[in-house]
Amino acid sequence: MTLHHLLLGRLDLHALPFWTMIEHPTHETIVNGTITTAAAGLEVLAAIVVIALVTRAGKWRYLWSEWLTSVDHKRIGIMYIALSFVMMSRALIEAALMRTQQAFGLGGGFLSPEHFGELFSTHGTIMIFFMAMPFLTGVINFAMPLQIGTRDVSFPVMNSVSLGLTTAGAMMIVISLALGKFSTGGWSGYPPFTEAAFNAGVGPDYWIWAVTLSSLGTMMSGINFAVTIYKRRAPGMTFMRMPLFTWTALCTAILMIFAMPPLTVATAMLALDRYLDFHFFTNGSGGNMMNYANLFWLFGHPEVYILILPAFGVYSEIFSTFSGKLLYGYTSLVLATMAIAVISFAVWLHHFFTMGQNASVNAAFGIATMLVGIPTGVKIYDWILTMFRGRVRFTVPIVYGLGFMMLFVLGGLSGILLANPTLDYQVHNTLFLVAHFHNMLIPGLLFGMLAAYHYWFPKAFGFRLDERWGMISAVSWIVGFMLAFFPLYVIGAMGFPRRTVAYFDPVYRPWMLIALAGAAVVLVALASLFVQLFVSIRRREALAVPAGDPWDGSNLEWAIAAPAPEYNFSVIPDVSDRNPFMIAKQKGDAYQTPAEFQDITMPKNSPLGMALAVAGGALAFGLVWHIWWLVALSCLGVLVAIVGQGFARDCEKVIPAAEVRRQHEAWLRTVAASRAVPRDLEGEPANTGLAARDRFSQAAE
Amino acid sequence: MSRAKDVRHPGLRLGEGHPDVAADAEEMNFGFWVFLMSDAIVFALLFATYARMVSSVAGGLGPEALFDLKSITIETAALLASSFTFGMASLALKYARSPRPLVKWLCVTLLLAAVFLGFELHDFAHMIAMGAGPSRSGFASAFFALVPLHGLHVLAGCVWAIALMAQIAIHGIDKEVKLGVQRLGLFWHFLDIVWVVIFTVVYLGGLA
Ligand code: HEM
Ligand SMILES: [Cu+2]
Repeated sequence: MTLHHLLLGRLDLHALPFWTMIEHPTHETIVNGTITTAAAGLEVLAAIVVIALVTRAGKWRYLWSEWLTSVDHKRIGIMYIALSFVMMSRALIEAALMRTQQAFGLGGGFLSPEHFGELFSTHGTIMIFFMAMPFLTGVINFAMPLQIGTRDVSFPVMNSVSLGLTTAGAMMIVISLALGKFSTGGWSGYPPFTEAAFNAGVGPDYWIWAVTLSSLGTMMSGINFAVTIYKRRAPGMTFMRMPLFTWTALCTAILMIFAMPPLTVATAMLALDRYLDFHFFTNGSGGNMMNYANLFWLFGHPEVYILILPAFGVYSEIFSTFSGKLLYGYTSLVLATMAIAVISFAVWLHHFFTMGQNASVNAAFGIATMLVGIPTGVKIYDWILTMFRGRVRFTVPIVYGLGFMMLFVLGGLSGILLANPTLDYQVHNTLFLVAHFHNMLIPGLLFGMLAAYHYWFPKAFGFRLDERWGMISAVSWIVGFMLAFFPLYVIGAMGFPRRTVAYFDPVYRPWMLIALAGAAVVLVALASLFVQLFVSIRRREALAVPAGDPWDGSNLEWAIAAPAPEYNFSVIPDVSDRNPFMIAKQKGDAYQTPAEFQDITMPKNSPLGMALAVAGGALAFGLVWHIWWLVALSCLGVLVAIVGQGFARDCEKVIPAAEVRRQHEAWLRTVAASRAVPRDLEGEPANTGLAARDRFSQAAE
Repeated sequence: MSRAKDVRHPGLRLGEGHPDVAADAEEMNFGFWVFLMSDAIVFALLFATYARMVSSVAGGLGPEALFDLKSITIETAALLASSFTFGMASLALKYARSPRPLVKWLCVTLLLAAVFLGFELHDFAHMIAMGAGPSRSGFASAFFALVPLHGLHVLAGCVWAIALMAQIAIHGIDKEVKLGVQRLGLFWHFLDIVWVVIFTVVYLGGLA
């Protein structure tokens, strides 16, 4: 063991993205090396720019004390969503690169197979674990406690630890671009391909630890959300009075609690195989990769409902709010949500119909899979009937919603096809499948989250998002998605395998070119989102909604100022029915001064989340590169941080009643000074967050 | 956070002086129960893996040749007794006027846990010496994932108990310590149940 090994493990110059092309300059290494180097350079540059900007603005202390160590559920939610946007940008650029490769992939193309493998693996892993999961976790974090009328989640410090671990996992993928290579084993990391025998490098290790960190964070989020919903609902908020988004958050939390352990077990076993020469999934010595397939999809299928249910909740809020009608079939929507959550544990085998079990087993799981279509269909009809005879306002969220409803049904139909094992034998592992799951995830999950971003943004920051750029973005997403993925159904049915870098039959080419155009439109959609944010920040005075209710909402989150105060509610509301704020507005008892204000106890900031993010990230990095001193040191760090937390006392601060009263009265003065706007002016500067009551207002009866 | 009085943790009453303990216990302990459910899934999956791989010995030694019932009986006795002594610690938390009995029973529990861990390590060393270390076969891998994971949990419980005693030394028996002892109790008895299943499925099943 040399000194180098002792200090840096297997980290050396070969880890740099341009090293291979310097050592072995061929056409292929130069093209691929240049692309990776440019991407890594961009990443490093972006990091430097951000650090420089924060330093120049002198904002480090602000960042630390107001954000990084904050345990406020709203701030944590916002940070989750920010992480999600950053990671989404990278994954979409990778997607466009893959589309470009395949558009020119007739007879070769410009990317090496390994490079293509890294691209779909990082793209898939990021999209699922570091785009979708942070997005929905962020939205739940932000909105759910407001909806149930509480001041924070049950375990605020653990909440910030969840965020820290997720971020540390995301950093592993970020670092892997600049140092070493990522896995080529896809987002599912199937052994034996990812075993040390076939893949001795750092790639699968990066994947293992990134995913493990994120799954631990998610498991804790699940516990936090479930306990919050069970124990912290405002007085009178019975289960059947909860807003539908909160219901989906609850089901998602339960799925997280039960579905993350299989993933943790699977990645831990794979790690044991790779690091300590265990034989869980190896080819020889009694290993059996089928165990991995079962464990992974025991997580993987419930995971897709973790991804989709919160979006269903968002759509339920949006269709009702922007149609000016109560949600149709609340009870059936609740039951359908629960049904989906339960069935989701009984279908995992449809991910490997072709992997050796007998026809009867396949048939059973195929039927179980088709059953999911029933509760989902119920939901679609409920939403349609919610809009029926409503006064539908074509705002950005509802455009996403309508795009979702049409496209998602198509994706669901292709899913029913795939649920038939005999058919699945024909198209499994082709681009047909890729088209199917993007058809579920993009309209289902992503549109839902973007709609939620528009819907609740004013509550977070006090001003609306620019409608025009929002519309450009929404339409681009919808059109771009259709162009990028409908062709894949066709080439998939023609037999084009997924995860394939190049092809030799020109018949695929035209479809690939259309898909490339789609990817370009999607990039426009992404860029428009950023432009929209920028424009909205500049126009924030004109878009401000300080009175707090820009959409004529019906749940508790709209009954408070925008941005929401740190403690959410000056006094905890008493709930006597569904849609409490709508009822209050109708009866004219909204915007009251409570008889009495009380001191409010809130949790103090905690550095634990950051400490564990750093220690967890260092631990993962050390494990990837076999830097054992770093592993030992960071294990010690984790231990000290966790044990030390037990000694913390005096973790709460008090906001005096007088201060609460002052803020509350200031807000009521703003409300009194606001002009109540009718819904036609919703998108105009006149909308300062006070909704007029007129014949189009939602009726609560 | 003083919350509505009607939500009360149904477990041990925690005495005067901390009226809000019960309200906090409600949330804390429920959260810990939920965590235990998640942890139970981890063990369930490892049991399933073990059941699936117990015959994948790849030409090596199987359970009958490797397990030593005597040492396992001692381990089991020590761990079950430690659950009893932890129960005594919980009673001390409830009734005793000074921290001494609580600390005493926690120490006895730790001692029993040390006996358990010592014998368990001895078992593992024995298996490895017989050439059945984790890299020998699928069966050995499954065994060495399941049983030592339980051992690691016990070790973590010990660290927790020591940390709690240090907290008692610094802060006395305050709200946090009370809630900590309650949750550690849940954890400890949970590990006992897991061990009973290990004893039955892995050891008795293997020797039967
Ligand atoms: C909207 C633009 C998107 C484009 C153009 C795109 C494109 C692609 C491409 C080209 C692949 C590789 C297909 C192959 O195997 O040959 C892929 C795989 C994948 N994508 Fe996307 N994608 C997009 C969005 C998303 C989103 C929003 C998600 C998830 C929320 C997602 C999740 C995945 C996953 C899980 C894989 C599989 C990776 C693997 O094979 O392991 N993608 N995508
Ligand atoms: Cu599935």
